[in-house]
Amino acid sequence: MEVQLRNPNVIMKLSRLGSFHQSKLSFLRSFLKEFKDWEYKRDLFDINEFGYGVAIYSFKKDQRVYSLICFANELNEDERSDRVIATKWDAAFTLYDGVPKKHDIERLKNEVPKQEVGRLSYKELTLSRANKSLRLFNHVVDCLSEGNQPDLNLLLKVGYLYRTTAVYGSGKFGLADRFRIKNRKEIYGPFRLEMMLVYLVRQFTFDQVNHVAKNKNPKKAVNLDLEICRNLGIGNSTGLGMAPFIVNHPTLLNNWIYARETALKKIREIKNVKNKDQNLFKKYLKKSLKNITSWNTESEYQQKKIKSLLSDLHLFIDFIENKFDFSDEYAFNNIYLWLEKNTRDECIEYIVSMMMEPYDDIINPLVNKMSSEEEKYFTIPTNRTVIELKEILENKYSKILNIDFSKNENNQNFWFISKNKEEPRLADRFLDNGSELEQPLAIARDIKKLYNKLSVFKNTLTIDRFLAKCPEFRHVVRRAFIVEKFPYSEIQDNTIGKSIVPIDMLRLKLSFFGALKFDPRSDKWLRICMFQGAPLPQQLKNYDDQWVYN
Amino acid sequence: MKSLSEIETVSKRSTRAAGYSWGIAEEVGKNIRMLEMFGLPGIKNLNHYFKVKKKKKFENLSLINNENKNDILEFCPIIAGLSFLDQSRSLENLNLIKFEKIAYPLLFLPFISRASEVIGKKIQLKIDNKIFLLNYNHSLYSNSSEEGIIEVGNDVLINFKENKDSFEEKEWKELYKFSEETFVEEDEKSKLNSAGAGLTDND
Repeated sequence: MEVQLRNPNVIMKLSRLGSFHQSKLSFLRSFLKEFKDWEYKRDLFDINEFGYGVAIYSFKKDQRVYSLICFANELNEDERSDRVIATKWDAAFTLYDGVPKKHDIERLKNEVPKQEVGRLSYKELTLSRANKSLRLFNHVVDCLSEGNQPDLNLLLKVGYLYRTTAVYGSGKFGLADRFRIKNRKEIYGPFRLEMMLVYLVRQFTFDQVNHVAKNKNPKKAVNLDLEICRNLGIGNSTGLGMAPFIVNHPTLLNNWIYARETALKKIREIKNVKNKDQNLFKKYLKKSLKNITSWNTESEYQQKKIKSLLSDLHLFIDFIENKFDFSDEYAFNNIYLWLEKNTRDECIEYIVSMMMEPYDDIINPLVNKMSSEEEKYFTIPTNRTVIELKEILENKYSKILNIDFSKNENNQNFWFISKNKEEPRLADRFLDNGSELEQPLAIARDIKKLYNKLSVFKNTLTIDRFLAKCPEFRHVVRRAFIVEKFPYSEIQDNTIGKSIVPIDMLRLKLSFFGALKFDPRSDKWLRICMFQGAPLPQQLKNYDDQWVYN
Repeated sequence: MKSLSEIETVSKRSTRAAGYSWGIAEEVGKNIRMLEMFGLPGIKNLNHYFKVKKKKKFENLSLINNENKNDILEFCPIIAGLSFLDQSRSLENLNLIKFEKIAYPLLFLPFISRASEVIGKKIQLKIDNKIFLLNYNHSLYSNSSEEGIIEVGNDVLINFKENKDSFEEKEWKELYKFSEETFVEEDEKSKLNSAGAGLTDND
């Protein structure tokens, strides 16, 4: 039986993309898999009694070394901010390509803590900063220094000691361009080095908290229990900066979603599900509920989603336990069809992620296909004709062509780049200034305009002649020819409408990162947790790939 | 040192700020990245062009012919280049294309380089006495090591190179002969045993 890939018109709606969950395809899980055989080392820990100084951690294999350099600095309480406008942080980090020499560390000591206003070089691969979850950090120091372990309930509520507020790569602020490293086998998957940075930062937070506690009370202090460490992750606070990324990298977006859709299709096509695979699916499904019941958020929007997810999951578990026979042919296809009929987006996508758990043989080959060479598809095939372009628009943007952009509500917002931080922002077109400097992120509106414009040209006209007359449509003409080849490259929604929920765009990206516990703080930024439950570096050689559910 | 990613982003944004559409700005971003990667002064020329463009008018050449000239204004290198790239498939039959007075012709060059990739032929670009051989957008050869600003190319010639060998058949045969020295002479037995295929294919 052949199952069709799911329809992009359904899957690429923002509400559906904003319901995605981590899976076996997620980048932090594939990062751990790739680097589990590498030699991990703490090369330097020059940190004073208060936890300030320099530390270096590395992963090494054969001749290749990646070194995380950490700079921990004193920060006044009133200077601590997760917002992008902050200029100081508790700690700043860079991932260095190789083994840094003394003069590299001296150079980076001046630049890395400055973040966006510092200058990095082609030897640095990623850059980040993080703030302490001060209440928790201090609590852990106090407990450890008295020889006690911290309050587990408090730890579980927050989930991390530090929260990063940005992770930069790919040429930002002078960092190495991707072309310099893209052919390294170990970083074929997207965001591998960003994941490495975050993972090593997590270890630094444990070492730092132990060190401060030890210095506070050398005689009594104990180290944070390894099992507790394993159950802590790294927080991340993310704003709109991430949203345009998925619009600006259409073939990359396609490859992420296409991998997920291909995995689902192949799993639905399994005729006879083996006992061990169905047991694994059921086991981890039940274990995963812990991640939902411990998912804390004050966001009403997210609370509603969690509530509906939990109730749908209970319904689903009852279904597979009592009314479903896994020995029927195409069991996972039957499950999927049942989900579509009986549950909502959050639950459908949750179970899609869970279905992947037993199937290394399906997932592993897909992981390395999730990168993209955007440049290859940049040049517009200008020998094509107006009628061909119209057909692409009618086939690939059918829902978008129905949006009425003469209504204010469909035109409510605009995206712009702020002058002070060069970061993307969203504003109200009818209330705020700056819409004349709008970024080209209103794809749905511009596609519709293009479609209307094409109707006044002859069908046989070639695209080069059309673009000579209408250069203002060049960016969307390019996209249309990309979506023709890459069905999941375009968000099938209006990114400037009144009802847009920008965090849906963030959540899509973060789910592919492998984030858990999305905690929206408004409709424009959210907090997440990464690597919670992940093996510690010294446990990597032999770890359980399903650590997410332990 | 600026990364190529920074170079692309700033070039794209400044092109938009100079009044071009976002789609054209995206093209220029990629082009300046390419120039800088090839060691040519893309940023310098783009910056200078945009400063001059504020005070001076340029002609937008949207349809490329055998001979392209304008008696009054210099051609905008971005629009002329884009037109050439977009129309390159229909232009390759013209052996030689001439332009008179293209402003800041280094900004025109990357479009021609990309056209070389699109049509699968090497292209020779002559800007007055400077010659550039553009190889399918993978590399370029030049007789000048240009580091400065070229404000105008008075005579710009484009010549599509046919896909043909750069050597004589005799030279090929001589070299081939050398390569044969890596082969093993076969005897009757190895002819039968070493090839792997069946002895008859009449199935």
